[in-house]
Amino acid sequence: MSLFQADQIAVRFGGIRAVDDVTFHVEQGEVFSIIGPNGAGKTTIFNLISRIYNSTSGTLTFDGQDFTKMPPWQVAGIGIARTFQNIELFPNASLLQNLLIGRHAHSRVGLLSQLAFLPSNRRAELRHREKAEEVIAFLGLQRHRDTLIANLPYGVRKVVELGRALCIEPKLLLLDEPSSGLNVEETEGMGFWIEDIKKDLGITVIMVEHDMALVNQVSDRVMALNYGKVLAMGTPREVQTHPEVVKAYLGGELEDVA
Amino acid sequence: MRYLFRTNYNQDLSLARHGGDYFWYGLLLVTMLVIPLLMGEFYVGELGGVFIFAIAGVGLMLLVGYTGLISLGHAAFLGIGAYVNSVLLAQGVPFVITLPVAGLFTAACGAAIGLPTLRMSGLYLAIATLAFGSIVGTVFQKWSSVTGGFDGFAVPTPTIFGVGLDGATGIYYVSLAVLIFVLWVTANILRSPMGRAMVAIRDSEVSAQSMGIHLARYKAMAFAISAGMTGLAGGLFAHYVRFLAPDAFDVLLSVQFVTIVFVGGLGSVQGAIFGALFVRLLPQFIAIVRDDLPFGIGRMPGLEPSLFGLVLVLVILFQPGGINGIWQKIKHWFTAFPFKRQTSSRRQKSYAKSERLR
Repeated sequence: MSLFQADQIAVRFGGIRAVDDVTFHVEQGEVFSIIGPNGAGKTTIFNLISRIYNSTSGTLTFDGQDFTKMPPWQVAGIGIARTFQNIELFPNASLLQNLLIGRHAHSRVGLLSQLAFLPSNRRAELRHREKAEEVIAFLGLQRHRDTLIANLPYGVRKVVELGRALCIEPKLLLLDEPSSGLNVEETEGMGFWIEDIKKDLGITVIMVEHDMALVNQVSDRVMALNYGKVLAMGTPREVQTHPEVVKAYLGGELEDVA
Repeated sequence: MRYLFRTNYNQDLSLARHGGDYFWYGLLLVTMLVIPLLMGEFYVGELGGVFIFAIAGVGLMLLVGYTGLISLGHAAFLGIGAYVNSVLLAQGVPFVITLPVAGLFTAACGAAIGLPTLRMSGLYLAIATLAFGSIVGTVFQKWSSVTGGFDGFAVPTPTIFGVGLDGATGIYYVSLAVLIFVLWVTANILRSPMGRAMVAIRDSEVSAQSMGIHLARYKAMAFAISAGMTGLAGGLFAHYVRFLAPDAFDVLLSVQFVTIVFVGGLGSVQGAIFGALFVRLLPQFIAIVRDDLPFGIGRMPGLEPSLFGLVLVLVILFQPGGINGIWQKIKHWFTAFPFKRQTSSRRQKSYAKSERLR
């Protein structure tokens, strides 16, 4: 049984089929990449999985549980974390606070205990802090711990967003273009972290990515999309040499693409 | 220079960052406690008024400065608190019960107004809360069997455990105690998951949601807590003015609360107190210098509101951090002495704007 399964999911914006009957599954412990030209529906698939959009048909299954109709705020609780293409951190909070917000899905302390800061809340806070510090150590963010996100450079913010997602302690991590806006060196670093996340933390990763070097470096399997439809699926090499994929990227006859 | 060496995570959860904090806050508290012994009744009364506005200011700061929701209807919450407290007192309920009940009832009203307005933000929320304020104002006027309508309502003198609080000093001490309580609760909220959830909602709703934050629940909670604190302030305000009239809780008062939050400094609890000092003391200052101003400026009608407006505009344009921002810069100059650089407080422009998902 796969960890994650999307069965014929679809979403329509007006007359446009942004995602059109897409079916794929992701096994425990693999890095699964989604590639495709701009507007192919990659991020839309992420928004479907994190339940920001409703799928008009089909089902989403995670860990044996159907979550097609789950409200978006519960998705973190079942163990699915995500990052955003254009960084959606909390800019007027410190790095540490951002990571602690990532712990929200694990907080079980009652209202009264929070208002009066009872010992149970203090104990929970200390546990969250320990977990956040683990992530800080894992990603080497120590010297930025108390810096406001607004004052951090773009490359570091990208890593912080990854860290915030790790604080959720997810089983499945959705990375939306982890290398966008990063230079070659930073992209390489991101690749190593994704490998570490997979090997050391045992977290399954679904990644949307344009940088083929990064895709080849970390992916076990790749799915290529165009106009909301699956073009090809398989190992990175198979997908990149697939004639349909080559046509989608390099252009071809119009009827062939549609 | 002061360096903070942290050896324990508890240090970051503590209310005071270092020994100096204990000293200065302790000194401030002692000063506040002895002021009624040293100063005249008038000044004690005015300072009590500052405390009451600071309580409401802290409540509104949680909503505007931390959760990012605007409210132009907080005068209504103040009014609800004031009337609930006074009406219950007139029924013979003791003050130690009426004040908390006023707070809780107003909090319930806050949740009730919060729930239907959750889908709104920005201008729409401002208009909805404005409408709420004017509806509540009309209720105060028309429900004369309870509120006394335009004839007003004489607030009974409160007693705490047999001690009558008839002078300004009594209300001063009760307001100080409630202010300290409200500040303590606020500090607790801000270092708990709830406070972080509020900040998350303010900065990015879509991302807050994927962190597992239930937007509706936390927005309603922010509204309720903010309204509850304002309701407590309202209960005290009734004793400060001693005579309730419905037109005291109009839009201008709501705008004064918003001024507290903006001039004091968005996103800081201290800012709410600075803002309350500003809003309460500016009219007193105008009253003192009124006769000495040239060209009869002092006798011009509308001097006070236009000065408020002018200061609000100037602060938003040139000092977005408000009075608290100025205070932080002064503090930074001293703690970093002699290493203050020209650039250290320059505002940074960010060019990496994200296309938010709506």
